[in-house]
Amino acid sequence: MLEALLDALRSQLVLLFMPAEFVVGVAQFLVTLWSFLVAVSNAFAAGLKSAPALLAPEPPGWGGNLLRGLMNSVYIAVGAYALGLAIGTAGAYGKLYGGPILRDLLEVYTTIVRGVPELILILLLYYAGGDLINRLLALLGQSPVDINGLVAGIAVLGIVQGAYSTEVLRGAILAIPQGQIEAARAFGMPPLLMMRRVTLPAMLPFAIPGLANLWLIATKDTALLAVVGSFSELTLETRQAAGATKAYFTFYLAAGGLYLALSLVSNVLIARIEAWSRRGMPAIAGGH
Amino acid sequence: MSASDTTIDRLARASLWWQPHRIGLIVVAAALAVAAAVFMRWDWLPNYLGLAVYGIWTTIWILVVTSVLGFALAVPLGFAQVAGPRWLAWPALWFCTTIRGTPLLLQLWLLYYGLGSLFPQFPEIRQSDLWPYLRQAWPYAVVALTFSYAAYEGEVMRGAFAGVARGQLEAGRAFGMSRMTVFRRIWLPQAARSALPTLAGETVWQLKATPLVATITVIDIYSVASRVRQDTFVVYEPLLLLAVVYLCLTGVIVALFRRLEARVPSRLG
Amino acid sequence: MKTIIKAAILAAALGATLGAANAQQTRFGMAPEPYPPFASIDASGKWVGWEIEIMDAVCAEAKLDCVIVPTAWDGIIPALTTNKIDVIWNSMSITEERKKTIDFTDKVYNTPTAIIGPKGETFGAEPADLKGKIIGVQVSTTHSAYAKKHFTEAAEIKEYATQDEANQDLAAGRVDAVQADSNALDAFLKSEQGMACCDLKGHVKEDLEILGPGVGGGVRKDDTELKGKLNAALKAIRDNGKYAEVTAKYFDFDIYGE
Repeated sequence: MLEALLDALRSQLVLLFMPAEFVVGVAQFLVTLWSFLVAVSNAFAAGLKSAPALLAPEPPGWGGNLLRGLMNSVYIAVGAYALGLAIGTAGAYGKLYGGPILRDLLEVYTTIVRGVPELILILLLYYAGGDLINRLLALLGQSPVDINGLVAGIAVLGIVQGAYSTEVLRGAILAIPQGQIEAARAFGMPPLLMMRRVTLPAMLPFAIPGLANLWLIATKDTALLAVVGSFSELTLETRQAAGATKAYFTFYLAAGGLYLALSLVSNVLIARIEAWSRRGMPAIAGGH
Repeated sequence: MSASDTTIDRLARASLWWQPHRIGLIVVAAALAVAAAVFMRWDWLPNYLGLAVYGIWTTIWILVVTSVLGFALAVPLGFAQVAGPRWLAWPALWFCTTIRGTPLLLQLWLLYYGLGSLFPQFPEIRQSDLWPYLRQAWPYAVVALTFSYAAYEGEVMRGAFAGVARGQLEAGRAFGMSRMTVFRRIWLPQAARSALPTLAGETVWQLKATPLVATITVIDIYSVASRVRQDTFVVYEPLLLLAVVYLCLTGVIVALFRRLEARVPSRLG
Repeated sequence: MKTIIKAAILAAALGATLGAANAQQTRFGMAPEPYPPFASIDASGKWVGWEIEIMDAVCAEAKLDCVIVPTAWDGIIPALTTNKIDVIWNSMSITEERKKTIDFTDKVYNTPTAIIGPKGETFGAEPADLKGKIIGVQVSTTHSAYAKKHFTEAAEIKEYATQDEANQDLAAGRVDAVQADSNALDAFLKSEQGMACCDLKGHVKEDLEILGPGVGGGVRKDDTELKGKLNAALKAIRDNGKYAEVTAKYFDFDIYGE
């Protein structure tokens, strides 16, 4: 691979010393590039013509499958995000107030998840996770459960999300003026009440940008589940439709549009939530 | 940091690190590693060492090339959004939004299989000088990963360019510097300096995105591990080893960027 | 770690309440990408193809409550051994290599292995014919094993996660030939795209050790009860004409082989 690149570079360098041929070479390259772009846009136009039939919501159109896939992707993303938040809240408290062993174990968890590609974590958790649970259940004398589809997807992505949530929430709790927490403690507030009435509301404005980013990551990470092949989310549905109709370009483009729409809608909602969470606070100066 | 406190500091930090419970944890971890080495199947390892080295090399060069190209593209993308005319700012904004709003896996497949499915309709593509490259998988991987890095880092650069104080730029102009000189000597260096801390994280993300190229037939370290899984039907071992390899690469990236950041002078005002 | 355990228990509890499948169901694993004429999903989300109808016939015969679990081809053996599915029903050839890990039912069908290439080029299926070419195969199949054994010296071998993607890259011109099951390739050659680009170049020489005696259903080694049931049902549908009836819908010859 690299050799090819080097060879290409070398031949270009040779051309540099032969100006006339170099000019011709560049011109040829530009002509090729141009005809390639023309070809792509022609195909694009041809694709547009056949797109309505292919993307029709009722069979034989595949639009319904794509929308169903999008629904599944949203379900998985919402579930994984919620599970991630639950893990993250527990993890952040554990990292801040837990004993030394718990803290180290949480550090190992967040380091591993943040340093290993999601694809590999998904495969490991999908195969090993179900296996382990069933072995545990067998030890307890229970019959094995079958954890497939949505639930497995949610669990797998949720554990990945949990590590990032832990870091975001930990940072947000640290950003609260600690006097507020000390004051609550001085009043003798029980820990759960303090969490509900002081810590969570106070940290929210600091946590929301990070959490918003995590939501966008959650929606995009659902696409990785297509590699396992057992979750009918948007990317896998798209791959099936594309393979069956051979209209790869049209379907991948359509799926891209759906993902983009999802994240644009999310962005609008996030902006509202952020404004709400900061209500009563002074505007941030010099924001970009 | 002055010279005298480094050794003491290091010793103090080391003694903080070596707490009694950590030794227990390390013993447990070592026991787990030994158990994995003894009870799991590793007999396939020698047969695939050569291929694994090739795979790691592919992963690394794709990472380095796409990160460098991506950053080079991120600078104009960020700058166009901050200071460019509208006909440049809008496309740059849309490029970043689109790439950041769709999964990389889908972008890869759109580029490789989507474009590929168009080729048969246009025989002139196969006659062109580009064909030897369009035929292979790695150019698509490089383009997709470069765009991805550029879009995410372009967003950071946008903030970094906007964050440079206007007064400095005005002062540069007042000294009679040309616009180009102001950009080269004041604006870009300061923006790059403030974007530097994000680069390590962004590059680790990029590393974690590289295994996706295996889905378009590029043979990186992930695809070598998949091949082991498929040849030998061993389920967990190649994945575990792969996780360790990526953790090591992540560690290397973080360490390299820490050294780089230490070498770039910074002054908090 | 505690968090992971907590999450795992939570997921297990969720799984038990929401996603728990009926324990009596027999789960058939199939790759979700199209593999016509054997198995593919149509636009209404229904599974169609020869293998699906044979599965239905076998399940009816053996009185099994069967359900299809889509599973990526390159992870289908791990899915079986880690108990995510009970049967691999995905045109998997019976080979000695795979028998080290899993067990197989009796033969379901056996058809020759073919090589296809672009129209307008003439070459055969011998190693000498494929000199300097790039051959596309599906990963982890008997065809990839065969190509690696017989064609490595002459040609470059490129592996794809699905057969469909290998065909796609042949049409795109990124590979010079594709080796696969002759029926699957025949379906591709009869498609609009296949007719436009490619034709049959020949059948590869037999290599029983690698190509195996045919396709079977994959089962776990300790699952002899299910294996027995499936074998009895397969024999029954061969004898009562159901197999021939289904086959006649898709092929004009008996794909069972000798």
